[in-house]
Amino acid sequence: MGNLNSNIPSGPLAEKWTKHKDEIDLVNPANKRNIDIIVVGTGLAGGSAAATLAELGYNVKTFCYQDSPRRAHSIAAQGGINAAKNYQGDGDSNYRLFYDTVKGGDYRSREANVYRLAEVSGQIIDQCVAQGVPFAREYGGLLDNRSFGGVLVSRTFYAKGQTGQQLLLGAYSAMNRQINRGKIQPFNRHEMMDLVKVDGKARGIIARNLVTGEIERHSAHAVVLASGGYGNVFFLSTNAMGSNVMAAWRAHRRGAHFANPCYTQIHPTCIPVSGDHQSKLTLMSESLRNDGRIWVPAKEKDAQAIREGKLKPTALKEEDRDYYLERRYPAFGNLVPRDVASRAAKERCDAGFGVNKTGEAVYLDFDAAIMRYGKEKALTSGVKDADAKTIRAFGEEVIETKYGNLFQMYEKIVDENPYKTPMMIYPAVHYTMGGLWVDYNLQTTVEGCYAVGEANFSDHGANRLGASALMQGLADGYFVLPYTIGNYLSDDIRTGKIATDSAEFDAAEKEVRDRMAKLMSGKGTHSVDYYHKRLGKIMWDKCGMSRNGAQLQEAIDEISALRADFWENVRVPGAEGTKNQELEKAGRVADFLELGELFAKDALTRNESCGGHFREEYQTPEGEALRDDENFKFVSAWEYKGAPKDAVLHKEELTYENIELKTRSYK
Amino acid sequence: MVDLNKKTMKLTLKIWRQKDATSKGKMTDYAIDGIDGDMSFLEMMDVLNENLNNKGEEPIEFDHDCREGICGSCSLQINGEPHGPDRLVTTCQLHMRKFNDGDTITIEPFRAKAFPVIKDLIVDRTAFDRIQQSGGYISVNTSGNTQDANSIPIDKHDADDAFYAAACIGCGACVAACKNASAMLFTSAKVSQYALLPQGQVEAADRVQNMVKQMDLEGFGNCTNTGACEVECPKGISLENIARMNREYMSASIKG
Repeated sequence: MGNLNSNIPSGPLAEKWTKHKDEIDLVNPANKRNIDIIVVGTGLAGGSAAATLAELGYNVKTFCYQDSPRRAHSIAAQGGINAAKNYQGDGDSNYRLFYDTVKGGDYRSREANVYRLAEVSGQIIDQCVAQGVPFAREYGGLLDNRSFGGVLVSRTFYAKGQTGQQLLLGAYSAMNRQINRGKIQPFNRHEMMDLVKVDGKARGIIARNLVTGEIERHSAHAVVLASGGYGNVFFLSTNAMGSNVMAAWRAHRRGAHFANPCYTQIHPTCIPVSGDHQSKLTLMSESLRNDGRIWVPAKEKDAQAIREGKLKPTALKEEDRDYYLERRYPAFGNLVPRDVASRAAKERCDAGFGVNKTGEAVYLDFDAAIMRYGKEKALTSGVKDADAKTIRAFGEEVIETKYGNLFQMYEKIVDENPYKTPMMIYPAVHYTMGGLWVDYNLQTTVEGCYAVGEANFSDHGANRLGASALMQGLADGYFVLPYTIGNYLSDDIRTGKIATDSAEFDAAEKEVRDRMAKLMSGKGTHSVDYYHKRLGKIMWDKCGMSRNGAQLQEAIDEISALRADFWENVRVPGAEGTKNQELEKAGRVADFLELGELFAKDALTRNESCGGHFREEYQTPEGEALRDDENFKFVSAWEYKGAPKDAVLHKEELTYENIELKTRSYK
Repeated sequence: MVDLNKKTMKLTLKIWRQKDATSKGKMTDYAIDGIDGDMSFLEMMDVLNENLNNKGEEPIEFDHDCREGICGSCSLQINGEPHGPDRLVTTCQLHMRKFNDGDTITIEPFRAKAFPVIKDLIVDRTAFDRIQQSGGYISVNTSGNTQDANSIPIDKHDADDAFYAAACIGCGACVAACKNASAMLFTSAKVSQYALLPQGQVEAADRVQNMVKQMDLEGFGNCTNTGACEVECPKGISLENIARMNREYMSASIKG
């Protein structure tokens, strides 16, 4: 058991962050000019960190595999960003946001980190508005809010269904300002292949230029990983096609512990799988649950008739529908947290009430909302005795302004009009709460290597609440890391430029080249996608929405065998020293094949159910997650020791001084 | 409802292949079978690539990432139209149900002097980044001490219009659609977003001048008001933005 010190400052919860900021060392502006920082990934966390570090005066190099920083997958976040502004006067506060987040995460996150997140959340909104992010507003000109799952207040700021896009373009614009000043040097279409350590400290990376295939050495005084989550280990997920774990995994192999890999968020409202050709899954924002009601037929025979195309959902009477979330969770209804909503959908579909041809879909119905909004709009438009048709037309208009782009996206993909017939949805892999272990300063167990955003593990526990990923990414990048990294870099003001012609860089580059050569020399039996799809199927079947000990052990054995097969038989066409998308994919899948096994091992070790981690052996008689605080109130941080089966578990005990541990209830 | 008995399609694809930026490219024919209407266009390309891969040939490279129409990575000139025949969609959201059995489909990269081909169907769109870098931002530091977000009420219509302009995904379809390869729609969308908001007013004059200057330096053509950009734009960015940019530019020039 190594030293896992989370470096949480002493003092009362609400004063920790201010006190910490007052006490840490600063780097004087003239010295910042002599310090280089590498930021890998340019989503909300990486983009905001890069821009802020450059504003402060550091020399920043950014890396992203996309052709532009603006295309990082944060762009696809739809619904919104939380902040405890209490603009609605509905009782919100920093403490309530903190409490909701810890409870939502099923008491598996770190109190001090989450409180800090809540504390800076308001500044994020101020900052974004100052940058020109066009959030939705009310007619009076002030910012509008909506509700997300697992909370009883309206604290979510949004820009239609494109909040992630607008926030990322805000961070990208802040980056552009620094690129224009020469303070950020962007390396786009570049992939981090390895982390380079010198004297135990992270001092650079080996990167591959994805256009020319050249291997490059880049040095820095610190390396920030903002490379996102690893949901694509499931092959099908709502992640972008290129989203991968390589940067985080390479750092793991160099000594950064990987925390809670089994904590995965399976999002309840995604467009169901339509066939074997499927390459990715599309999310329908959680914000839709503000107005949509989720149901399946109450009678199995009706569900069957619907599956066979003999019955239309709109023909089903109200009393023949089972609004199962409203039935099971009357207090939160359709706005229960994601893990709860996903499991409830699976339960109904497994019981034979699914509504599409595969039997794996439930309805998300806007009819009631359309009529409700329509009545109001008719009245405010001066139409006093509107008929149903007019009300419906008004209502559809309102829904269009709220969710237009999502409805359009649904129609393009499914070829059905969701204004007229309920949407069909099913859970899909969406977000990974696990990630690189970091301390309060967001530093990994490798000195000088930091992890921010989805790439780290710290704030969401075993389940993330909706609209909190954007909040965490920007909090880490704009307001936390720029302070904490200064404390570390204050020791480096006399270090000078880090040389790239050292033995350490030589060795790291050689390893990268050898690995690529090995990938290219497979026997060529199967394509990279073949392995990725097989891995994804094992993960979904045995490490998905519910897991059990026997299946997890099978998963470990199967993934291990698949990995051996991959290295022996994979086919990577083309050449190394050129643009080669198959080679890019191969490197990423190779790392997923290691991570997947550690994921299953972590899930097998955690003999309890909490948040998104549902072990069938540990549930209440009502089928709710059964936590074991006595034995599992800790963060699992895995140390790399070669094969995943040899990984060593380190525990960070979680202490709750400001929140009473309770069984999560949304009833 | 989805028709379960729908037949699959057999298609002829004419695809641009080009080894790298300096090599000469050419159109190559590929036959493909078993395509069903629920596949997206890029999933059809995945099937083709898997077939090529199985035959030991190099797959066709194309840009794509989010596959939900928002990252702006995917491009492709399909039967002469950026993002293909459907309206208000990117290639990744175009579905094969828009095509018929027996069709021949031509697939080319976006063509523009300012978008050189990197390989096969991939083009270099970094010119767009450089236009943004020249002024597509508000100069405000991350101090944490900016004023409260609600201290300046903004007219909802202006805020909405700013949002609609900001919805541009930077894919380059406007350039590919334009006979002059003009980037006016792209540039004007960013200029408009800030011009419509009070926060953007302070630097408005410099911004429009710098961004237009950079746009010209990159080798994009002039706007002759044909409106093809608006028709092909997957996000429905309005031509009004170009008019607004022209006004902004005029007024900035007069101010000097």
